[in-house]
Amino acid sequence: MSYLKYSEEHEWILLEGDVVTVGISDFAQQQLGDVVFVELPTVGRRVEQFGDAAVVESVKAASEVFAPVSGQIVEVNEALERDPELVNRSPTGDGWFMKIRLGDPEELEGLMDEAEYADFVASQG
Amino acid sequence: MRGGRAIAGTDTADLNRSDLKRTALYELHVAHGGKMVPFAGYEMPVQYPAGILTEHNHTRAKASIFDVSHMGQIALRGADPSTALETLVPGDIAGLAPGRMRYTMFTNETGGILDDLMVTNVGEYLFLVVNAACKDSDIAHLKDRLPGGIEVEILDNRSLIALQGPAAAAIMARYAPGADTMPFMTALPFEIDGSRLAVTRSGYTGEDGYEISIPSDAALRITELFLSAKDVEFAGLGARDSLRLEAGLCLHGHDIDETTTPVEAALTWSIGKRRRAAGGFPGDTVIKQQIADGVARKRVGILPDGKAPAREGTGITDADGAPIGTVTSGGFGPSVEGPVAMGYVDIAHATTDTPVNLVVRGQPRPGRIAPMQFVPNRYYRE
Repeated sequence: MSYLKYSEEHEWILLEGDVVTVGISDFAQQQLGDVVFVELPTVGRRVEQFGDAAVVESVKAASEVFAPVSGQIVEVNEALERDPELVNRSPTGDGWFMKIRLGDPEELEGLMDEAEYADFVASQG
Repeated sequence: MRGGRAIAGTDTADLNRSDLKRTALYELHVAHGGKMVPFAGYEMPVQYPAGILTEHNHTRAKASIFDVSHMGQIALRGADPSTALETLVPGDIAGLAPGRMRYTMFTNETGGILDDLMVTNVGEYLFLVVNAACKDSDIAHLKDRLPGGIEVEILDNRSLIALQGPAAAAIMARYAPGADTMPFMTALPFEIDGSRLAVTRSGYTGEDGYEISIPSDAALRITELFLSAKDVEFAGLGARDSLRLEAGLCLHGHDIDETTTPVEAALTWSIGKRRRAAGGFPGDTVIKQQIADGVARKRVGILPDGKAPAREGTGITDADGAPIGTVTSGGFGPSVEGPVAMGYVDIAHATTDTPVNLVVRGQPRPGRIAPMQFVPNRYYRE
């Protein structure tokens, strides 16, 4: 069973087994504009929920990407280093950032489902 | 995800501030999908739906229209406004023939730069274009410091647009015959569609192009006329910033300010021979001494080796990790297809190709000092 959840900082996660894939939402990539650089964490690093995990830079600015859950980085999307615009073209697909082995499944409870996130984005104006 | 400040000078504060001004083209920007942001007290388009990268590349390939009406347009009239203005700027204004323009700066008593500006001798008066963020203080400075008998007229009934790119000349010539052979840094009046326009062959992109001063009641009509040309698109503040950075041009408040002198900023070329010898402008003692003896730090271009942009405020260290300077503008150069930056470094490290480190998010990353023009300029030469 797998499902998408979103953080208030516009990251999405996809849970498969005990591993979550993390990326940024379509709304987030639209806000950023053309992505020109992505800095990914090293595999094996431990990240804390809502702590710094990656950096995404558009022509405009550098933005922090936060880990929506705590755990260990088990894989990063190296394709983003060669082709950062994947984040714009496919934010919830090929433009994923990293995979985290989930430490505490209860952390998922604080995240939003698709409908809640859509309402959240609408409320952000 | 949480973002930093978007474009140098813009702030992400809410757009509901009631004191923000709008240019005559505001509705046109909105109609074209412009993303409006606060900039120097105005609501200005940072980008359109095409995005900064596309707008930047379009400007280098064809031509773009920028609304720069937020900038200050000022006329100086009187018996001898050129000699009067020379008491406030180090540029050779008295030597400016009618129809010619020059880049200069208002200096303070320590040689720092209060603002940079373009001065055009249009014949009956001097035409000044100053930065939006500084225009109120510039006007106060002019009124306070210029001798009586010099009239400082604020041309706030005029809009200003820039048409920039290799296709600009052919498009201009369609509406203003002869504009295509105007030399770089000259000015001519034209009448387009019944409106009197002051056209200069100048810009802030490193490309050939024009800045066009238009009575504000005609600005919408004239801008739409240019936009109707096949090769012309709108471009916003974001592309303007990346274009000027690649061209090595300064942004006041970032690359130059009250604490940097024209000599440190590598703008000594803008100070004429006569002015260097005779002085007679604020900070002349400091500036003359720096020209003679050299400076301790200098504005340089910096090319990071990797792909990580080094943005404003990034620390610069030498090969051993000792601090040698700071990045004042930096980002991704779409035409360079990589990161570019400019900043100040100690003079011992200011030579082209000197290896340096850029401390991005705590990590020193290698780069080297580079010529400031990352993309060769393509100004019109006869």
